[in-house]
Amino acid sequence: MDCEAADTLAEVLRNQLNLNGTKVSCEVQVCGACTVLVDGAPVSACTYLAYEARGKSVTTIEGLEKPDGTLHPLQQAFIDEFAFQCGYCTPGMIMAAKALLDENPKPSRDQIIHYMDGNICRCTGYVPIVAAIQRAAGVMAKGSKT
Amino acid sequence: MSAEKKTDFQIVNHSIPRRDGRVKVTGKAQYVADLRLIGMAYAKVLRSPYAHAKIITIDKSRAEAYPGVHCVVTGYDLDGLNPYYGHAVKDHPLLAIDKVRYAGEPVAAVVAVDERTAFEALELIDVKYQELKAVFTPEEAMAKDAPLLHERKFEAGALRGFEGDITAGKGSNICQSHKIQWGDVEKAFREAASVVEGNYYFPMTYAYAMEPYVAVADVTDQGVNIYSSAQHPFMVRHDLKSIFNLPVSKVRLIVPFVGGGYGSKSYTKIEPLVAACSWKAKRPVKLQLTVEEAMLTTRSDDAYTWMRTAVDKNGKIIARQAKILMNTGAYAENSPLVVEKSTNRCVGPYAIPNVLIENSSLYTNTIPASSYRGFGCAQVTLPGESQIDELAAKIGKDPYEFRLANAAKPGEEFFPGMRPFDGTLKQDLDTAAKAIGWGTPLAKGHGRTVACSGSDAGAYPLTSTAVRVHADGSVTIMTGSTELGQGSHTVLPQIAAEALGVAYEKVNVVSSDTAITPYDRSTGASRTTTLMGSAVLEASQEAIQQMVVMAADVLKVKVEDIQTVRGGVRCGEVQLDWSQVISKFYALPDGEVIGRSYIRKSGKFAALPVFWEAAATGVEISVDEETGKITMEKLATVGDVGLAINPALAEGQDLGAATMGMGIGLFEELVYEGSQLVNGSILDYRLPRFSDLPKQVELHLVQNQDGVGPYGAKGGGEASLNSMAANIANAVERAVGVRIRQAPLTPERVWRALKEKERR
Repeated sequence: MDCEAADTLAEVLRNQLNLNGTKVSCEVQVCGACTVLVDGAPVSACTYLAYEARGKSVTTIEGLEKPDGTLHPLQQAFIDEFAFQCGYCTPGMIMAAKALLDENPKPSRDQIIHYMDGNICRCTGYVPIVAAIQRAAGVMAKGSKT
Repeated sequence: MSAEKKTDFQIVNHSIPRRDGRVKVTGKAQYVADLRLIGMAYAKVLRSPYAHAKIITIDKSRAEAYPGVHCVVTGYDLDGLNPYYGHAVKDHPLLAIDKVRYAGEPVAAVVAVDERTAFEALELIDVKYQELKAVFTPEEAMAKDAPLLHERKFEAGALRGFEGDITAGKGSNICQSHKIQWGDVEKAFREAASVVEGNYYFPMTYAYAMEPYVAVADVTDQGVNIYSSAQHPFMVRHDLKSIFNLPVSKVRLIVPFVGGGYGSKSYTKIEPLVAACSWKAKRPVKLQLTVEEAMLTTRSDDAYTWMRTAVDKNGKIIARQAKILMNTGAYAENSPLVVEKSTNRCVGPYAIPNVLIENSSLYTNTIPASSYRGFGCAQVTLPGESQIDELAAKIGKDPYEFRLANAAKPGEEFFPGMRPFDGTLKQDLDTAAKAIGWGTPLAKGHGRTVACSGSDAGAYPLTSTAVRVHADGSVTIMTGSTELGQGSHTVLPQIAAEALGVAYEKVNVVSSDTAITPYDRSTGASRTTTLMGSAVLEASQEAIQQMVVMAADVLKVKVEDIQTVRGGVRCGEVQLDWSQVISKFYALPDGEVIGRSYIRKSGKFAALPVFWEAAATGVEISVDEETGKITMEKLATVGDVGLAINPALAEGQDLGAATMGMGIGLFEELVYEGSQLVNGSILDYRLPRFSDLPKQVELHLVQNQDGVGPYGAKGGGEASLNSMAANIANAVERAVGVRIRQAPLTPERVWRALKEKERR
């Protein structure tokens, strides 16, 4: 696919690929709403230039659900813990949490808070999001043992 | 008190997972930002650099000639429209006409093939201004030589939502005044055993929905169609109907999922502008504001309050008096109602025999203020609950005991003419106090407090709905209530499923499309569960009544012989579920029954407020005396919600509200330097983050089924915000002995107060 030099990754994902799950809010890589993974590392798609992703693997929220409809443990945990309200920060929040758990499968509460500090949620007060990440970590640990 | 207290609920009062869960965690939930119509163009807005200036000329020729630009719209291109709107006061032009009234006001809009082109063309518009003297505070706005912001007399808006007169447009900068008075305040203060008095300031704050304002308009000969992130589509419809001089039936507002509102998306915002762009460009147009532009669109009213409160020798509060000046900015928006509400909310939730509250909001050359979660209550609960603690300290009482002794009792008519108090503050305060360890030893530098608030909530009771029961036994709720994240798409099906005795999974929701869903006045003031919930319950019951008659017809028996059972009817040995009743009635496995409900200010909703929204919060904080930084050690919320239709959602609302309140208590404030907002971006406006999480959080609900809503429910979701700033100020006083009468309590302010204390 083609893109212009000035196109951000978020613009290409949303406008060209119709992957609207990646939300854009602050546009200055502060709020975390647009977080996607590029080769596994979390980036702000609102300011990351699309051409920089050439030849790299980009994972968005659309890539977490299995083809059979099974949700990723983080997605299920966000539902189970009521870890969202309006949902606008949620895709970015889940992608950032995925990067955390990929890097550190058993984070402490403090480690979650430290890692997730770049993602803003205005609805929940964060407590249920921390709980969801902890729950997902537990589920994934069990899953990897079996 | 509700007559009948039910406890054997199957579906309500259970924390059922959110209906919108799967779409929101997979990125499939649709917001207006995600919407693209065929042939759609994009608008960008040119904003005034001046706070107050005459527009001398606008030259848009170069911008219009720019490749890719469809048209440029200014306030002088609106012939044929009524460009002034406002549900309370029609003082707001959709683009500046003749003059600008605040820095950031929309002056022109470019419509182009894409956003980038529209943005580039903005630079080519040449506007010549003549600067005028400006005012930025209520005091400046009231000065004798103050310039008038609005010279013309306004047409009052049709839907202001209160019964008093509109003050605006009478030759001064006063936007709205309100006063309440009972007893003899002067006498009470003369005879008081003890009095506290002080001046307080509640800041301008920004609600900061993660989704900035966005709308798509398609104006054609057929009418006006708009997709918007609006909380109140029916209120917006009314403004659009007036602007385009159309019948209501030709204006359609559609609201998909909304990315956060908190009051900031109440009432009309960018919809008139994007509709005018579409009207001019003759094609669908999308306007999506940036966060920085959204911050220039609305804010909370900041409030300067002088207040005094008196007790007698027995520690009974005998009088409260306040004079409040609110800064409503350049346009009225919903501030006339905010003024009325903040006046009323100076009293509650205490029973005070002598009261005098005088409140005025002033037009200034700043961002227009409007609704903000809590609706004026947080502004006056900072002084109100601060003074309760200050008084308790002065007369040597425990502040928690002092609150208990003076709080309004269940059923007490503590506010003359209003609905008797329908909450249980003793239980609320007890629960909050216990949750933060009241009475247990406290570390040095720590402070612990509880506070409460009581708001006349629920807005105006005007709500209707249709509940459609289909021939397969599934159900569709048609609701004008908007899903902002508060959970209406979950709670309303719970109520219908409980009432109809059908599985929750079988109940679907269609919401917020003014062409399809029946009228609902608004989604705000914590009203949806109580009012729309009641409407859904009544409509479900009405559907049942219809199906009983149909069953009698089908079974060829008398209606009296039909007995309703869970999910259907019985007549002797024969039992039919709803699917069978409908299918047999129509003699086809198709068709439907439509249950309806119309709620107005009548019957159990005759008394206002619809309910008293009561909540208590408890905090423990510590203060670093070297830096003035406050750390939240503990937070407890207690929502007095009557009955939580979905307890997890109700607690989530309380925590969200308390966290916003904590933000105001600790660091949130829009700052003006001269005519300019200087921290109007996410880089400079400090929001609560993960790292601000209190170390320990407890969420509680008090459920006495004492509300007028379904099964004794009442609203929640605002009240936990209201007391937080006062709670933090009170806790700081207890921790380190300084009284700060201004929010937010930034490290600098706390540090300065500590230095001041050292000097004394």
